[in-house]
Amino acid sequence: MNRLIVDGIEIDVPPEYTLLQACEQAGAEIPRFCFHERLSIAGNCRMCLVEVEGGPPKPSASCAVAVKDLRPGPNGEPPVVLTKSLMVKKAREGVMEFLLINHPLDCPICDQGGECDLQDQAMAFGFHSSRYIENKRAVEDKYIGPLVRTSMNRCIHCTRCVRFTAEVAGTGDMGATGRGEDMEITTYLETAMRSELQGNIADLCPVGALLPKPYTFKARSWELVKTESIDVMDALGSAIRIDTRGREVMRILPRINDSVNEEWISDKTREIVDGLKTKRLDRPFVRENGKLRETSWQAAFQAIAAKTGQAPPERIGAIAGDLCAVEETFALKLLMQSLGAVSLDCRQDGAKLDPSLGRASYIFNPAIAGIDEADGLMIVGSNPRKEAPVLNARIRKRWLRGGFPIGVIGEKADLTYEYNYLGAGPETLAAVAERPPAIMQKPIFLIGQGALAREDGRAILALAATAAHALGVVKEKWNGFSILHTAAARVGGLDLGFVPGQSGLDAGSLAKSGALDVLFLLGADEIAVEPGAFVVYQGTHGDRGAARADVILPGAAYTEKSGTYVNTEGRVQLADRANFPPGDAREDWAILRALSDVLGHKLPFDSLKALRACLYAVHPHLAKFDEITANDRFDIAQLAASGAAHTRAPFVSTIADFYLTNPIARASEVMAECSALAEGFAREAAE
Amino acid sequence: MLEDKDRIFTNLYGFGDWRLKGGRARGAWDNTKKLIDKDKDWIINEMKASGLRGRGGAGFPTGLKWSFMPKPDPARPSYLVVNADESEPGTCKDREIMRNDPQLLIEGCFLACFAMRAHVCYIYIRGEYVLEGRRLEAAIAEAYAAKLIGKNNVHGWPFDIYVHSGAGAYIAGEETALLESLEGKKGMPRLKPPFPANMGLYGCPTTVNNVESIAAAPAILRRGAAWFASFGAKNNSGTKLFCVSGHVNKPCNVEEAMSIPFRELIERHCGGVRGGFDNLLAVIPGGSSVPCVPAHEIIDAAMDFDTLQKLKSGLGTAAVIVMDKSTDIVRAIARISYFYKHESCGQCTPCREGTGWLWRVVSRMAEGRAQRREIDMLLEVTTQIEGHTICAFGDAAAWPVQGLIRHFRQEIEQRIDQYAANPHPEPVRDFGVAAE
Repeated sequence: MNRLIVDGIEIDVPPEYTLLQACEQAGAEIPRFCFHERLSIAGNCRMCLVEVEGGPPKPSASCAVAVKDLRPGPNGEPPVVLTKSLMVKKAREGVMEFLLINHPLDCPICDQGGECDLQDQAMAFGFHSSRYIENKRAVEDKYIGPLVRTSMNRCIHCTRCVRFTAEVAGTGDMGATGRGEDMEITTYLETAMRSELQGNIADLCPVGALLPKPYTFKARSWELVKTESIDVMDALGSAIRIDTRGREVMRILPRINDSVNEEWISDKTREIVDGLKTKRLDRPFVRENGKLRETSWQAAFQAIAAKTGQAPPERIGAIAGDLCAVEETFALKLLMQSLGAVSLDCRQDGAKLDPSLGRASYIFNPAIAGIDEADGLMIVGSNPRKEAPVLNARIRKRWLRGGFPIGVIGEKADLTYEYNYLGAGPETLAAVAERPPAIMQKPIFLIGQGALAREDGRAILALAATAAHALGVVKEKWNGFSILHTAAARVGGLDLGFVPGQSGLDAGSLAKSGALDVLFLLGADEIAVEPGAFVVYQGTHGDRGAARADVILPGAAYTEKSGTYVNTEGRVQLADRANFPPGDAREDWAILRALSDVLGHKLPFDSLKALRACLYAVHPHLAKFDEITANDRFDIAQLAASGAAHTRAPFVSTIADFYLTNPIARASEVMAECSALAEGFAREAAE
Repeated sequence: MLEDKDRIFTNLYGFGDWRLKGGRARGAWDNTKKLIDKDKDWIINEMKASGLRGRGGAGFPTGLKWSFMPKPDPARPSYLVVNADESEPGTCKDREIMRNDPQLLIEGCFLACFAMRAHVCYIYIRGEYVLEGRRLEAAIAEAYAAKLIGKNNVHGWPFDIYVHSGAGAYIAGEETALLESLEGKKGMPRLKPPFPANMGLYGCPTTVNNVESIAAAPAILRRGAAWFASFGAKNNSGTKLFCVSGHVNKPCNVEEAMSIPFRELIERHCGGVRGGFDNLLAVIPGGSSVPCVPAHEIIDAAMDFDTLQKLKSGLGTAAVIVMDKSTDIVRAIARISYFYKHESCGQCTPCREGTGWLWRVVSRMAEGRAQRREIDMLLEVTTQIEGHTICAFGDAAAWPVQGLIRHFRQEIEQRIDQYAANPHPEPVRDFGVAAE
């Protein structure tokens, strides 16, 4: 600890702290533009200048000076830092004046207005009037992709966006051309950015130079109601803030959650918004003579009751989709149980994970934050860049720190970091299992759905366990065995045991022609159901499931209901309701409750609170929000021993197109544009 | 006056042979082995005792800089980087060394590297110095062939030297921007601390020295620190290359003792000021980045670091730009302001935005299209740039304008009044572009 005096307040801070951090700890407010906690220090905006007594006769950039670099006074007095002196005031006013001389006075038409750092800091630290009478600089706006709109006149060259793409995203899309006052931030050739995290640069931009393009001129920040929630686009459960105006979701922004998404969200999470408004199912439908016809809730329920009444229990089944909250999955499970049906599945992609093997066999055991302390990584059958871009950024962050060897078995893709490519399929994995154990303290063995969602997935899981066991991944105080899921609902579904019971059929068999009489799809759109069964589809969008359905029950999207989600690391999180479902659509648990009454097996709850009480009675760990319940002692040797024969087919990631993985994304025009661009890039790269 | 026997750069004008043979005849590589046998501490102490101050402009004691290098660490090799990115307007001393006496520089690099336990030296040469670069390369090839340098050289200290050409940016002459550029990045100055002696080229301990400082080292070590220290005033010892340009009868590069009075320097070597000393208006004594000094202050001043600093200017690179009374001093400074606006790297706010502002206002003032109160505003803007930036470029851009206002405020006011008496709508002449 080093002692120093900030504005007369004596504080002790760690020596590696910057002056800016130390001043903040002492309660002083330090304005800044270029400095950002999660990016490297540029020290170029010069807004954070403070005076160091006894130091050079000029102000120092507090973001770039370490506390340990300060010299004590002649008699060992602690160094003195002033943040309110005349020198500091003058310096801030000077820098602010320079920032503003070429900044347009277009705040009234700028989308950043109301949440603009420059606006705020000009009010707090600026000079009251302008002395600049020359012409202002004009800079051409650049095309940098479909997600971020530029207004380059407003740029103050803080280079946060450049550092973000170089450091966090790892694509290095952005840079600066020209020098001096002609310096311009650009993607060099005005191509679209290629990162799945590019939307974050609009958040990082302290002024209105980079703005979310789909949100252009849509709303003012002070009109929006802000709801804190959880994202469902991938299995990370990133913390988000849903901004609504009236009934409409206007935008989605990240919240800080250091144990999951830090401060970033993927572009799919952010720009899915327009997909929430289009192709929505807003009233019940029944199929008559091959055509879907609007109907009432009662008639729809009657149609279902007529079919289920005739079907024997073993010919009734249900598949839960990728975006379902725990509550509705639980309600559906109870309903199916009451009907005597055992053919349930929450694994549309056919992943061979099973709750009977223990919770540790299907979650990301070291936790996402565990990547920061890991010292080695093996990626099997996964492309984390597509499956969980934010997690990928975390891997990259760890990799940048050095001493983090990464091996990949599966697809050879650009993951934004270097890795040792070992091979494509199971035989490589088998070979790895025979290697001498690594001398790592905290290795992570990451297994993707590409390795598990296949016919021999069970054998691969056992093989992966063998390899992980051989490499010493599971230790006394470290369990590096990690499953990376792609569906937000998956871990919750597995926790509930929404899998086939005794002699029940799994998702792949359920979808087969002639397997069932009645099939209930709860938002399951990623599976093709063959002709034959009477299909009840409950969901939000007119997607694949609705097209196949005989009865459609309109449900609520994730922003429209309060629901529990369990992320890939087993963390239980609560998503909150930000707006209401459109038209006649209802919250999903309520639909199932109403349906159960018509089917004659009334579910034992009348409110979400009562449902949750039932849920927590059966699964107490789901009541512990933002916690990862300690896993039962995981016997990896047992899992490894349960192996069977595997094929030689290479591992292929289950996500072919990052931008179109779920019905909401497929309804979004923005996602479609991104997808087309990504396809173009892929073609270009192949040529 | 410096006698010929005391000159270090005896082939400054290229009258002799620049090749290794000629260089050796003039004393280069003469028993270098003996010098390095005296060990590194002797070299560093001798350099300290000589009082040599860095010749690149800032005047930091060279021996002291060398002593800052940490102990050698096999994982982090030490480097010497020679700053040959000589771009300060008015300066042309390093160029002459590199094209006419390159062996002096190469031998200096070798000795400096030996003293700092470095095995590799990079010479970062200004991109526009194409011929100088080629000649330097040829000289290095000769030295390699003669086994004076290289892995297995006759001196027994493995040593490699590389020449890297810049791409034509003034700011790449700033030591940390130079390191960035050398690493293949954009030439933008780094934050300090850490200083290059701890984290320099490729994150390793690095010393960056000017060509003239390094090239002077062998002579200092051979003839002794006392010899070098015998020239010039206290704390300003040694001989120095002066680049005299502007309104003198015979502009020239000349090696002279430090602290030589301005009048003597001009009279002896440059044939006096055009039209006599009474015709002298002002002098920029150290390259374009230092403030100008009016005639009456400089005429009998000693040309050294401390004296010029007392005159609120500086010796800088000793590029003496002499201006007689025919000079439009406001226009001259406007042109210099354009140069700084053009060369600002754009990293820090005050310099990026402020240099353009300065240039625009001074350009208007050169025609008198301004208000008197803008003079004070301009002065305040310069103080808002000065000292608020990562590197010293902001200071360099501010000082010429400060010098102008300090000494020639009347000139500006007069011009403003003249214009106010007879305003006209023609556009402001753009001195910068016109001069390009």
